Order: sequence, then structure tokens, then C-alpha cells
Amino acid sequence: MEHALSLFVRSIFADNMIFAFFLGMCSYLAVSKTVKTSLGLGVAVTFVLLITLPVNYLLQVYVLNPLNLGYLSFILFIAVIAAIVQIVEMVVEKFSPSLYASLGIFLPLIAVNCAIMGGSLFMQQRILLDPENVKAIANIGDAFAYALGSGLGWLVAICCLAGIREKMEYNDVPKPLQGLGITFIVVGLMAMAFMCFSGLNI
Amino acid sequence: MALSQKTKETLLGPLNANNPVVVQVLGICSALAVTVQLKPALVMGVAVTIIVAMSNVIISLLRNTIPMRIRIIVQLVVVAALVTLVSEVLKAFAYDVAMQLSVYIGLIITNCILMGRLEAFAMTNKVWDSFLDGLGNGLGYAAILIIVAFFRELFGAGTLLGFRIIPESWYVANGGFYENCGMMMMPAMALIIVGGIIWAHRAINKEEK
Repeated sequence: MEHALSLFVRSIFADNMIFAFFLGMCSYLAVSKTVKTSLGLGVAVTFVLLITLPVNYLLQVYVLNPLNLGYLSFILFIAVIAAIVQIVEMVVEKFSPSLYASLGIFLPLIAVNCAIMGGSLFMQQRILLDPENVKAIANIGDAFAYALGSGLGWLVAICCLAGIREKMEYNDVPKPLQGLGITFIVVGLMAMAFMCFSGLNI
Repeated sequence: MALSQKTKETLLGPLNANNPVVVQVLGICSALAVTVQLKPALVMGVAVTIIVAMSNVIISLLRNTIPMRIRIIVQLVVVAALVTLVSEVLKAFAYDVAMQLSVYIGLIITNCILMGRLEAFAMTNKVWDSFLDGLGNGLGYAAILIIVAFFRELFGAGTLLGFRIIPESWYVANGGFYENCGMMMMPAMALIIVGGIIWAHRAINKEEK
């Protein structure tokens, strides 16, 4: 339990998907213009991570490892992610049309979000780690904690950037730097700020 | 070489005016993470170029038989198969680089350049044009990777491709005046360098806009 909690906190701050590994950068930069849409996308990413990562964990441990089929993991993981995104989309559309409308086109796009695939690939590496290591994922509970932490970390990152970009509308930025250029530099400065969480342990 | 105007544009456009990273904003994730040193950046650039070109060819060949509704899954499976091949080849012939690149090889699957080019070009164009488009975009991506990695390795470690560029005698430890910029090794600096490249690129190409 303590281990899962520590993993959870670490994956939000020290091992943040955006600032430490640059995962999910494309949609992160494209969608972070307003806080409201960013929040929607962040919730959707967290939700999909929370389902796909434990499923991929079970597949890796109980199917791929015993059968020695490790080299098929890329195809299997992406197929699982694409299928689950499709199912989530249909379920959300059926049971909560209002949530579906607010997430809009982001849901199908999550299938090709690097953060989702990256979460599964990091999980694959972390299974092999020594269970004492703070980064290790030793059981299904850890997989859930890691998925939730990574998703929330992504959500925090995109909401912060959207807040800064909304404020920055009024700033006088040099012309060639406007838009994408200054956004990169802002993300770089945010990443520096997040570096002070490295070494955080519970 | 006798290249028609259109062919030339397809191949060379992505290198500068229509660069996938700094103009189309595709494939940023891996572009930043693998650029601490020049060697993994080179390998990554080559791997992505091969995969984009090959997947463009395959999807272009299949473009009339793929049902529209499931095209994303078909594209993902084609790309995933190619990435698996490249990953196995790298593990066999360049194990240390494969370990350095770790999950980012697998993440080529979700690299937006691939899906972007497949959707925007290969689904509607002939095989040869698609091949050139894939090659051009892969090279444009590799070019940015190499520029970023060049600065990060030179200023962060004083080496290029593992060879020492900044002489040992310049360092403070040996009585000199120079010290490596540790910040360059941090992820944050990659973002700021790309921001700088975008700034320079837009300042130079602004008359086209």
C-alpha cells in the first residue's frame, strides 16, 4: 500500500509524463489554448490510462511472459488501446451524452496519444525492476496507482500550461516567436520548475 | 537529376518550408527525449525515416481496399509491425543504442508524423509520391533531431558522437576556465532549444507567410 502511494505521488510530480518524458506532447501543445478544453482532455487521458494500463499489465504478465512472446508487445498494446478507446467512446456516448459532447473529438484522438502508449511501455520496463525499487510495478494495484498518477500528472501539466497561455494573450511577444515558439519556451521553464520535485519520496 | 517540380516539392518541402516538427508540429514527443547525445538522435532519425517511407508505401498500395471506418486500426497495425521489425533489428545490431532509446522506439508507433502523413498523404496519393513524401518528412524530422542533439551534446558534455571537441585543458578542474552546462542534459533545455529553432525558422521564412 505504502509502495503504491509512493509510486502514485512520484508519477504525478517527479516522473511527470510531460516534463520528464515529453509524452503526449502533440495534443498537449495543440489543445492547451483554454483551460476548459484542457481539463476535458486531461480527464479523458486519465480515464483511458486507468483502463488500458492495468489491462496491458495483465496481458504482459499472464499472456506474453509465459508464452515468451515479448516481441509482439507493441502490436498487442496498440491494438488493446485502440479497441478500448473505441469501447470507452461508445459507452460514454450511451450513458453520458453530456460528457461525450464535452470531450468531443478528443476521445478518438487519444488512441494515438503517446502518453497512453508510453504508460504501457514504461509499465513493461518497470515489471522487471527489483520490487524494493520505488519505481517498480509489482502487482495490479501498483499498475492502477501508476496509471492514475501519470494521468493526473498529465492533467495538472496541461491545465497549468493552458492557464499561462490564457494570460499570455495580452503579452507583447516578438513576432516570429508568437504562438508555438513561446509555448515551447514556457513549457521548458515549467519543466525546470517541476525538476525541483525530483528526489521526492514518501 | 530530372525531377518534376511536384516531385521535388514533395521530397524537399518537408526539409525546410514544411518541416514536420517546427511547422506541422508533429512528432514532438520523441524529438525531445532522444536528443541528449548525437548518436541516439541519428539512429532515431534513420529509424523514423525508414518507417515513415515504408508505411507510406504500404498504406498507399492498400489505399483502395481499406474500408474507411477501420482505417485507423489498419494503419496502426501496419506501423506497429514495421516498428517491431526495426526494434528487433536494433536490438540485434546496435544493442547499446537500443537500450538508450528504450521506450521511444516503441513510441514511434504513436508518433504523430506517421499517422499525420498516412492520413494526409498516403491515403490519397500514388505509391512513388507517397514514398518520396515519407522520405522527405522523415529526413525533415531527422534534421531537427540532429540540430537539437548537436547543441545539447556539445554544450552539455563537450563531445560530439562521443569524440571530445572541447579540450580537456580548458576545464576548471584542469586549471582552465570552462565548465559543462549541466542544464543542457536536462529535459527542460530540449524544449527551449526547439523554441529557439522555431524562432529562427520563422524569422527567416517569414516572407512566405
